[in-house]
Amino acid sequence: MATTIELGVQERAALTPQPGRKVNDFSIQVATVNGSGSQSANTVLLRSIFQMGVPVSGKNLFPSNIAGLPTWYTIRASKHGYIARKKEIDFLVAMNAETAQEDVMSLTPGAACVYDEPLKLSGLRQDITFYPVPFDKLVAPVCPEAKLRRLVKNMLYVGVVDALLGIDVAESEKALIKQFGKKKKAAELNTAAVRAGYDYAIATFTKQDPFWVERMNANQGKIIVDGNAAAALGCMFAGVTVVTWYPITPSSSLVETLIDYLKEYRIGPDGKATFAVVQAEDELAAAGMVLGAGWAGARSMTSTSGPGISLMAEFIGLGYYTELPGVFFDIQRVGPSTGLPTRTMQGDVLFCATLSHGDTKHILLFPSSAEECFTMAMEAFDLAEQFQTPVFVLSDLDLGMNNWMAHPFTYPEKPIARGKVLDADDLKRLGGFGFARYKDVDGDGIPYRTLPGTAHPNAAYFTRGSGHNEKAQYSERPDDYVNNMDRLARKFETARKFVPAPVKEVSGTSKIGIIAYGTTHWALTESCDQLLNEHGIATDYLRLRAYPFAQDMHDFIKNHDRVYVVEQNRDAQMFQLIKLDIAADQVTKLRSVVHYNGLPIDARSVTDAIVSQEAK
Amino acid sequence: MSATSTPTPAPKTNHLGLTVLDYRGGKTTLCAGCGHNAITERIIDAMYEMGVQPENIAKLSGIGCSSKTPAYFVNRAHGFNSVHGRMPSVATGVALANQKLMLIGVSGDGDTASIGIGQFIHLMRRNLPIIYIIEDNGVYGLTKGQFSATADLGSKLKTGVINDLPPIDTCALAIQLGATFVARSFSGDKKQLLNLLKAAIAHRGTVMLDVISPCVTFNDHEGSTKSYKYSKDHEEPVQEIGFIPSFENIDVDYDPGTTASVRMHDGSQLRLRKLDRDYDATDRVGALKLLAESHEKGEMLTGVFYVNATAPSFIEQLNLTETSLARMPEELTRPSRQALDEIMEELR
Repeated sequence: MATTIELGVQERAALTPQPGRKVNDFSIQVATVNGSGSQSANTVLLRSIFQMGVPVSGKNLFPSNIAGLPTWYTIRASKHGYIARKKEIDFLVAMNAETAQEDVMSLTPGAACVYDEPLKLSGLRQDITFYPVPFDKLVAPVCPEAKLRRLVKNMLYVGVVDALLGIDVAESEKALIKQFGKKKKAAELNTAAVRAGYDYAIATFTKQDPFWVERMNANQGKIIVDGNAAAALGCMFAGVTVVTWYPITPSSSLVETLIDYLKEYRIGPDGKATFAVVQAEDELAAAGMVLGAGWAGARSMTSTSGPGISLMAEFIGLGYYTELPGVFFDIQRVGPSTGLPTRTMQGDVLFCATLSHGDTKHILLFPSSAEECFTMAMEAFDLAEQFQTPVFVLSDLDLGMNNWMAHPFTYPEKPIARGKVLDADDLKRLGGFGFARYKDVDGDGIPYRTLPGTAHPNAAYFTRGSGHNEKAQYSERPDDYVNNMDRLARKFETARKFVPAPVKEVSGTSKIGIIAYGTTHWALTESCDQLLNEHGIATDYLRLRAYPFAQDMHDFIKNHDRVYVVEQNRDAQMFQLIKLDIAADQVTKLRSVVHYNGLPIDARSVTDAIVSQEAK
Repeated sequence: MSATSTPTPAPKTNHLGLTVLDYRGGKTTLCAGCGHNAITERIIDAMYEMGVQPENIAKLSGIGCSSKTPAYFVNRAHGFNSVHGRMPSVATGVALANQKLMLIGVSGDGDTASIGIGQFIHLMRRNLPIIYIIEDNGVYGLTKGQFSATADLGSKLKTGVINDLPPIDTCALAIQLGATFVARSFSGDKKQLLNLLKAAIAHRGTVMLDVISPCVTFNDHEGSTKSYKYSKDHEEPVQEIGFIPSFENIDVDYDPGTTASVRMHDGSQLRLRKLDRDYDATDRVGALKLLAESHEKGEMLTGVFYVNATAPSFIEQLNLTETSLARMPEELTRPSRQALDEIMEELR
């Protein structure tokens, strides 16, 4: 560590900040080949900036492939706290021959580029600062084992970037130790690589670009976590007992992380598991297991992505109609069909809202942040059991698989809510009348249920996806059918008041309203500032957090002349869903802004779209 | 009731003090004479005679005539008529949530061997504790008489259509995949079916019972290989099946030379008396050979093809805590504040 500190001092001496510099407000893009170990290097870079107290976000733009195809990682440092993807790239690390030329050509004027020397990129543009680095020559002395060089090579650019941007190399070393944990040998090897890159840059380059990282104190107490891990923690603290799943990108890591946590924190006093996890044969079976377990009284869940949701459609209809709890995470990726499996989209909103044949409506939750992945997971389980229905949590690849800064999660204060379940004592009190499974006793549309195994002769009822009356008996009578469907609609109305309420993120007296949800939020907070500061357009912004929509959303639309619905899909799915819900005279107020190229939405695209529509 | 030909005369109450009426279900809506109704009657008898607590049973099914039948037995048990071919996954969820329930799943040949073959295969593979009954008539009843995938080659529909595809042998599949109690019976063979069901109740693991159950409306004619007449004429039991429940505590002598005795999970004895052939139902490879040969010969074998009373079930392999997951209190399912603090510290 002593050497590191010396290097830190040396760095400040060698590369003195110039006037006109851009501090803590730029984006870095690392272009590599997937399967080359660049993920570790990029995480170390992200963590280094985070540890320097600078708000930062990282987005992995990777192919659906194990090794050999181009992959990009973008890091954004923002003193303003903007963590959406920045459209323009300011600082490029070009390691991939296949994409290097295109990557350089797409840079904004004044950008900088570190590149692997043999790629000979310097001649491509005059308005870019180039820093060629002979990575192969540098890696050989650091890494005697030839077969590891391909991986270690990537850690060299961390050192180079540290030196050029003024990132304290000690922070990278600290991040490395976190990254490699107990793998001491790997940590040492990679530390040496970071140092070699750092030393080379210090000795070789004169800083010519304006980009600098300087210490701030914006990240005090914060954590770094991906949305899937946050959701996994939410599930564990929600008291999940049955987890079923089928592997699918970008959802797998949710369950895999959950399994790790459950093994550590959910072993009962007898040393045995207080949970069951089953890797099902397909998503169809995973959904069936969730409903079977929910029927029998477990807190059950599965996690999937669009193709899995398609397969689950029949079961979701069964769950809706027979009124069974279950939590369904959909970590959305780009569809239709196989689509772009490793790219992000908010493409399953409309599909999930009415999934399955016949009249169905489902509760949907839209987390925007890692914190909400945690809290909404818990809310989803409570809602599923209180409303006896499948509940969807619609995350996406950007939120689920990328690292996000977050406030440490708050321990849940409310006890777990298990909903209206009658036990043997309740049935005894009810006496000879028994209970009617689908009767609206309380006027909220939510009936009472019993669990199999309840020791009372009147406990049992027969669950069926076919028509049934209040007593759960088979019925094809028109009045029974209508009564039941109307009660289900009433139940959904009740849910409006219980689902997470929308948040007024920007609230003023503007005539222009904006509605967004999920990860689109991060582009919106920035875009609202751009609209005001660059164009003098003041806006109010409401962030939706659930379907069915709360009254607040209706009021928000009523109180504005124009309302932009911003989202990440082609067909303006939330826009359509809102249209179905609002009064006819309000519909013409709605305007749509969509973004659907597979990359996380950026503020500039939103701002440009709104400015252009406002000009009309 | 139909308990007249059971080996021991049924007492008025079972050892729980319950009468057979406590195991009755709703009135059947299937055709008069349907094989499925006879199976329903045997299920009621078996549950009653074995003294299963009705509330501890969970009845599961998919879609089809067979899948309606859980409504016709043990009304005091929760039932779940799910979706076509997907009962195995629902059953798996139920078993995970409450390992103390006794699961009985009723399916048909369409529900199992066609639309549900994927889930069936994985259920067998997991050895989930369940009694899985296929009420097998070789045709789709509710959609009026199309062939199913268990219809025999050359079997004829009422319309004269001849089946030109080979049947799926669900018993052979089940054995190959890991089910630990695999048998075939005939709805008209009351004694054999009753004893098989009682042994099934005593088993811990997947019981796969394929019961040939003629469809009186669509597949009971000349040329059908799943008609009453054909089944009566061709049924060939591989053993005579006896069953001594654990609670009867009767020491019945048997000749080990002619009878194999299998000690079931609950201490009951399954007695398999040899008939024409020397057959060992604990030999998995032998079982597959027997079934393959029977296809060549066109035989309709019934009896216990395979039994392994000691293999661990799926639930045992999960190493679950004693309290059912469904009944687990918040103290056990929500980790402490300290746990969250510890995790947050790791993520800093």
